Amino acid sequence: MKAVGFLMLLSGWLLVLAAIVLFASISLRGPFVLAGIAVETLGLTLVFRSHLIPREEKG
Amino acid sequence: MPAPKLTEITTVACFFFIFLVPLAGAGLALMNVGLGRSRSAGHMMMASLCALAVAALAYFVCGFAWQGYIGSPAHFLSLSGKSWNWIATESFFFRKLSFDGSAVSLTALFQIFCVGLAALIPLGSGADRWRLRAICLSTGILATWTYPLFAHWVWGGGWLAQLGVNYGIGRGFLDVGGAGTIQVLGGLTALAITWILGPRRGKYSADGMAPAIPGHNAVLVLFGCMLALVGWIGLNCAGAILFTGGEASGAALIAINTLLAASASALTAAFITKIRFGKPDASLTANGWVGGLVAASASCAFVSPAEAVVIGSIAGVVVIFSVEWFELRMEVDDPGGSISVHAVAGIWGILALGVFGQYQRPVLNVAADSLPAATNGIASGQWLAQLIGVATLVGFVLPLTYGANRLINRFYPYRVSVEGERQGMDLHELGAGAYPEFVTHTDEFLPR
Repeated sequence: MKAVGFLMLLSGWLLVLAAIVLFASISLRGPFVLAGIAVETLGLTLVFRSHLIPREEKG
Repeated sequence: MPAPKLTEITTVACFFFIFLVPLAGAGLALMNVGLGRSRSAGHMMMASLCALAVAALAYFVCGFAWQGYIGSPAHFLSLSGKSWNWIATESFFFRKLSFDGSAVSLTALFQIFCVGLAALIPLGSGADRWRLRAICLSTGILATWTYPLFAHWVWGGGWLAQLGVNYGIGRGFLDVGGAGTIQVLGGLTALAITWILGPRRGKYSADGMAPAIPGHNAVLVLFGCMLALVGWIGLNCAGAILFTGGEASGAALIAINTLLAASASALTAAFITKIRFGKPDASLTANGWVGGLVAASASCAFVSPAEAVVIGSIAGVVVIFSVEWFELRMEVDDPGGSISVHAVAGIWGILALGVFGQYQRPVLNVAADSLPAATNGIASGQWLAQLIGVATLVGFVLPLTYGANRLINRFYPYRVSVEGERQGMDLHELGAGAYPEFVTHTDEFLPR
C-alpha cells in the first residue's frame, strides 16, 4: 500500500506536468492540474494509512 | 544571462537582513529543545549545531553548484519547444564565485543560512529518538540534493520560476521568503522522518489513547518564537530583494506583514485553545506564531497588511487543527509540531499568494533579459502557478526525501535503541545530561 501511495504521488505530479505541456489555456490546464492534485491526495491518503500503527505494536 | 543588479543602498540593506537570518535558526533550535523531553535537551541543541554545520559544509561542497542563482549556467530539457531549466551547473566549492558584494555572492551567503534553517525543521519531529549521526547523514542529503534542486527551480530561474515566461502562467511560481523552498521542504522531510522513526515509546497505547507528552520548558519555546520573528523579518526582506527584484524601501511593508501575520496566527491559536481546553496552550500558541511567520513568507511583499492579518489568522486555525489531526488521527508523533507548522502552514502561505497577491512593481524571478514585458503587467493564473509548486512539493519532493532517508535507514538505522530511548538521548548519546544540577547525588546527604 505504501509503494502504491508513493507511486500515486509521482503519477499525480506527472499529470500536473503533462497539463502544463499539453494544454495552452488556463481553462484547460486548471482542471488537469486539479486532477493531478486529486491523484496526489489519494496517494497521500494511502501512504498515511500504511503508516498507521498496528494495534499489537501499540503501548 | 546576467544576474540581477543591486544598488548600493539595497546591497547594504540586504547584508543587514541576511545577518538576521541565523536568529530564525536559533529560535527554531530553542523551540525544538523546549518542546522535547528534558532528558534529550542537550542532544537536541547539539543536533541543531551539527545540522547547521553539516548543511553549511555540504552546501559549500556541491549544494550551491546545483542550485545556482538567477541567470546561472544550467542544464535544460526541451519539452514541446520550451526549455525546462532543471539544474544549475555552477562549480563545486564556490570556486568561480567572486565575493564582491554582487547579487550572486549575496545569494550564496543567504542560501547557506537558508539551507541550515531547512535542516533544523525535521529535528523537532525526530526529537527524543533520532540518533545524532543519522541526523548528520539526513542533513547531508537535504543540503546536497533535495534543497538545492527545489530551490533552483524556484529561486535559481528554474522551470517553476519560468512558468510565466514559458507558458504564461502568472509570473511563474513565486515564493518571496522561502515558504516552499525552506519551510514546506523542511516540513515534508520532517514527515518522512517521523514515518521512518515511528512514534516515541508510550505515545500510543493499545486502547487507542494518545497521551500528551508535554514539552519540558515553555520559556525556551516562547523565547524561541521571539528570536524567530527577527530572523524571519531578515529572511523575508532578503528574499524579496534577491529573488523578486525588490528594493530596500519595500522592507517596511514586508516586516509589518510578517509581524502582523505571526500576531494574528498566535492570537487565533491562543483563542482556539482557550475555547477548547479552558486555558490558552503555550506550546500550541507558539506553534501558531511560527505558523503565521511561515505562512507570511511566500506573500509578504505582495499583500497589504490587512491581507497579512487574514493569512495569519487562517494559518493559526490550520496549524491547531492540523497538529491534532496528525497526532490523533494519523498517529504521526511530531513532538515539535514541525509538520503542521512548516509544511501545512507553508502550503497555505503559498496558495495565499495566488489568492491575495497584488503586483505593484515588476517581479523578477527569472533572468531580466528573458522576462517579457507582459509578465510584469496583469497576468492571470498566478493561483495555478502556486498550485503547481505545491503539487511539485508533495508529488516529487516528498517521495524523493522519503526514499533517500529510507535508503540510509536500511544501512544505518535512524532510531535509537529501546534502552537509549528509556535512558534519554543526552546520557545515551552524549554521556551527560543537559541539566546536571537537577541530578541529586547521594553524597549531598552525607554528614560533613
